[in-house]
Amino acid sequence: MKYLEEFRDPALARVVLQRIERELTGPRVLMEVCGGQTHSIIRHGIDQLLPQGIELIHGPGCPVCVTPIACIDEAVALAETPGMILATFADMLRVPGSDSDLLAARARGADVRSLYSPLDAVRLAQENPRSQVIFFAVGFETTAPANALSVLQAESAGLDNFSLLVSQVMVPPAIEAIATAADNRVQAFLAAGHVCTVMGYWQYEHLTARLGTPIVITGFEPLDLLLGIEAAVAQLEKGQARVDNQYARCVTRDGNREAQALMDQVFAASLQQWRGLGDLAASGLRLREGYARFDARRRFSPRPATTETRSDCRAGEVLTGRIKPDQCPHFGGRCTPDSPLGATMVSAEGACAAYYRYRPLAQAHHG
Amino acid sequence: MCLAIPGLLTHIEGEDLQRRGLVRFGAVQRQVNLALTPEAQVNDYVIVHVGCAINIVDRDEAERLLSLLRQAAAMEEEREIP
Repeated sequence: MKYLEEFRDPALARVVLQRIERELTGPRVLMEVCGGQTHSIIRHGIDQLLPQGIELIHGPGCPVCVTPIACIDEAVALAETPGMILATFADMLRVPGSDSDLLAARARGADVRSLYSPLDAVRLAQENPRSQVIFFAVGFETTAPANALSVLQAESAGLDNFSLLVSQVMVPPAIEAIATAADNRVQAFLAAGHVCTVMGYWQYEHLTARLGTPIVITGFEPLDLLLGIEAAVAQLEKGQARVDNQYARCVTRDGNREAQALMDQVFAASLQQWRGLGDLAASGLRLREGYARFDARRRFSPRPATTETRSDCRAGEVLTGRIKPDQCPHFGGRCTPDSPLGATMVSAEGACAAYYRYRPLAQAHHG
Repeated sequence: MCLAIPGLLTHIEGEDLQRRGLVRFGAVQRQVNLALTPEAQVNDYVIVHVGCAINIVDRDEAERLLSLLRQAAAMEEEREIP
């Protein structure tokens, strides 16, 4: 497909790899923030093609993975309330809550649907006027405009049976939390290309100035990733710290103003809990007062039966790059995609799932 | 989750929140909401995430980058052939 395949050209990738090898003089530690990038890196073996001096740490950019367990519990509680239809992205269905998940709730008789788009949930509400349709709205800034749009469409259709259970997260506060942690090893960040497609990168200019850490806006195909890594290495070699945009076919400095305006109309920044990172100020989104009637938490006050039992899952350490997935003692043994201990093994973009799927050797070693 | 795929916009209808279009991804065609990209036109490549076009692909930028890389690859090849 156009604008995908050209960016997988092995001959061009080799050129960029050679340039990286020539540039690199010592060990460098980079973090790719986005789980989609982690997936692409592991799938194409990019980490294994790079010179040995470059270590890639996998970041927290998987919304399914960082959604707190308490939110999953709320979703399960709402799904099990009679008269409710709980809809969300397919990946969310198998994420373990305290003692259940949405798929298990469905098996017990709850009406749980997996949808491709929040706009499909609006249609579902129109088709089911006697049910309350709740869309479990997870995502980064990439997804926030579509979630906002669903609320605006429901409002304009006069629906009173549609609401969102919001667990939205934003990238810059997570980058800041990781860069300022006492045990941080990350020297440069590859920022998430599709988040910046929506938000632009002007925010990152402030961030990079404050942190003194290079940030490179990076796409998802092998060439995009290599160009992002090359730009990060080049800055580190020269002792620079600025924002480079290596995904210019999709990202501009301003981003998509229209999408930002819709997001801002519906959502306001709020404190958000992240699995692995804890509570981060202004790192999430909540519905504004004017849209309170579309807020499932306010309308239905979900009360989960149990909250947060202790888990052996070490997703928190994986999400902050403190351990690699195959360094977890449960990887491939007690924890597999069929029987996951935590979200990072469930989501298609979770680092554990990517290692399990594309690193048979790591799996054999543990399994 | 932030997966977004470029596709060719072949048809547009509706307006404002309901502005939508047909987008072709290889052999597959899908209906996509265009409310976030009001300036998108037929024959643009749009980048689509969860049923919404979140931006228009800048084709000049894509071609510029690829042609720079192809030049670099050609130079590498020349260097390798004595």
